[in-house]
Amino acid sequence: MLGLNSKDFKLFAIVVVLALVAPILLNPFPVESSLGQSFNAGYPALMQRFMIFGLLVIGFNILFGLTGYLSFGHAAFLGVGSFAAVWMFKLLSYNIVPAIILSVVVAGLFSVIIGFIALRRTGIYFSILTLAFAQMMYSIAYSDLIGKFFGTVITNGETGLQVYNDDPQILLDAGDPKVPHLFGLEMNAQSVMNVGGWQFTFQNGYYLSAIFMILGFYLAIRIFRSPMGMMLRAIKSNQTRMHYTGVNTKPYMLAAFVISGMYAGLAGGLLAAMDPLTGAERMFWTASGEIVVMSILGGVGTLIGPVVGAGVIKYLENIVSKINDGILHNWFAFMPDCLDNLLVTIIHPFIGKGWHLTLGLLFMAVVIFLPGGLVEGGQRIGKLFRGRKSKASGSDKSAAGQPSTPAE
Amino acid sequence: MDAIILQILNGLDKGSAYALIALGLTLIFGTLGVVNFAHGALFMAGAFCTVTMQRILNLSQTVIDETQTDFLGNPLKVEVPYVQSWFGTEFGAALQDWSVLLAIFLTVPVMFFLGWAMERGLIKHFYKRPHADQILVTFGLAIVIGEIIKAFFGANPIQTPMPSAFVGTVDLGAWLGFDSGTILYPTWRLVYFFFSAVIIAAVFAFLQFTTFGMVVRAGMADRETVGLLGIDIDKRFTLMFGLAACVAGLAGMMYTPILSPHYNLGMDFLVLSFVVVVVGGMGSLPGAVAAGFLLGILQSFASMNEVKAIIPGIDQIIIYLVAIIILLTRPRGLMGRKGVMED
Repeated sequence: MLGLNSKDFKLFAIVVVLALVAPILLNPFPVESSLGQSFNAGYPALMQRFMIFGLLVIGFNILFGLTGYLSFGHAAFLGVGSFAAVWMFKLLSYNIVPAIILSVVVAGLFSVIIGFIALRRTGIYFSILTLAFAQMMYSIAYSDLIGKFFGTVITNGETGLQVYNDDPQILLDAGDPKVPHLFGLEMNAQSVMNVGGWQFTFQNGYYLSAIFMILGFYLAIRIFRSPMGMMLRAIKSNQTRMHYTGVNTKPYMLAAFVISGMYAGLAGGLLAAMDPLTGAERMFWTASGEIVVMSILGGVGTLIGPVVGAGVIKYLENIVSKINDGILHNWFAFMPDCLDNLLVTIIHPFIGKGWHLTLGLLFMAVVIFLPGGLVEGGQRIGKLFRGRKSKASGSDKSAAGQPSTPAE
Repeated sequence: MDAIILQILNGLDKGSAYALIALGLTLIFGTLGVVNFAHGALFMAGAFCTVTMQRILNLSQTVIDETQTDFLGNPLKVEVPYVQSWFGTEFGAALQDWSVLLAIFLTVPVMFFLGWAMERGLIKHFYKRPHADQILVTFGLAIVIGEIIKAFFGANPIQTPMPSAFVGTVDLGAWLGFDSGTILYPTWRLVYFFFSAVIIAAVFAFLQFTTFGMVVRAGMADRETVGLLGIDIDKRFTLMFGLAACVAGLAGMMYTPILSPHYNLGMDFLVLSFVVVVVGGMGSLPGAVAAGFLLGILQSFASMNEVKAIIPGIDQIIIYLVAIIILLTRPRGLMGRKGVMED
């Protein structure tokens, strides 16, 4: 269906359903309960981030997952997309359609230029080149060097770019809302549904990002299964052999780079559509590092991995940095006091402000023990269960005598 | 003329820091073939060795001083650092004053152990894995080291004063035969430059003139053959990792009076020193040192007001710009060897 084989379609359908009912699924606990306050993630601001960063990492995965080229400067395209979108808000109106179109186009143009230069090198050199480009763009945006050069404002430096009342906004009608909207449909309009102690929030902006994420995911499946995806995988496994067989790999690489750059631009445009201000820190290299971390954590080169990685990191970031000692004491209240205090002291460095420590350790653990990311972890667990089942139902001979061999 | 010399001098201290970090990175890369993204974190760990040393020397006990009284007439409680009560007031105060340099006794063993533990505990398992995995795991390690430092020392930069003997400036103009007062240079930066020159020279001499260094160089050229000759090359490479960590640590240790250390310091320097290594040529020790100084000096030239008037903000992007140009025109860097990292 939809040009997908049945397995891919199943995966796609699961993602679509999950994305659509996420506002309900992510609120498993009543609002007032202590668990709800700590673990609920079903509020729009966070769910939008799941979707937008999911989209971003899906795009990154087309480059890194398929071709193995590790770009350490992907956040630059995100930032470029955001700046382009905010400029559209400033010049035309708050309608997000031109903003998102321009953010994709501008990010695409930038990635054509950068990709054309950076792809002349491979391996670590490619990583450093993309890093250098991204840092350069960050510096330019942070000090608004282009703006200073022409004597105007382009990125507005440290303050960040936002829409002011005296901006031209030539397409703005009197009746238009003063927030980003889609032909009058306000992005931050939301309806709240109360069911018993539970509270579910549905927001336009979230569903817009979800729709874009679903479209992006669909496109990614098609790219993965296309002849071009095959070509990109071949580049990853042995580029030299590709050259020997007479294939010019450069156009394929550049196409992959530009596609992933456009995904990043789209994500940047969406971020701006959710909140019409942007700053240069969105392009800093730690932001690029975060993209890499997300895609590794989920599982590089798999379809669903990036979405999982982005979701897990954004969820943990939100939850772990919210937990404090008081909440921990609450949880461990059933234990004797000394044990309670001991546990809290041990856990203390990992929560709240120490969230990055948890992230770093988690990331290292995944790189060391699970090179395929959480998706591989899930597959291993699944295999374990299936293996046990088949063993139980299989003949006694094989189960009794030899130790079981790993399925790999 | 003196303006040009002044800019060259201004570039030297940053250039020396870049050169030292890049030297360590290249040592690790040349011997073990590992791209170490945690090297900036090692630089920062060295800087925090200074902070630790300073805190140790400033540990103090509360003594009731009968000769002085507070405004209520009670004997005054005075904080007396242990070093002052043990070694005498004057000598103890001198020790505290020189804590940045004394930290060398803490930095060298700590950093050597850190490097050794890193190689044996983590990096050892990554030789057979692709370069991307090595980058990723060391990147993760850099985050972890930075966050551990943050958990212990807090997120704010920590002031570490230099020895009072080095406060102030040197009138280099008078030394070099210009009018006195034209070239004033902070003394500590001069000290830093000479210190790093000594370390760089020591590392090169160690590699060039000792048997150990000879074996290591042979191992860098052809690891397998050296192994076949019955030499335990892995053990020596591990020691080289420790040495590289020491070099980065010492660079960080001495840099503290110039830039107050904070937990993100490593990341700031890491990106630049990677650019330096790539410009110098992956795997080339002289290339790393030369590129370090070159880029440091270029950066200081670009921050001259005359240059900035033409192209505003060029000082912030010059390094990346140069790196991009060099990588595109001389793909192996200034002094890169053939066949390194080209698979």
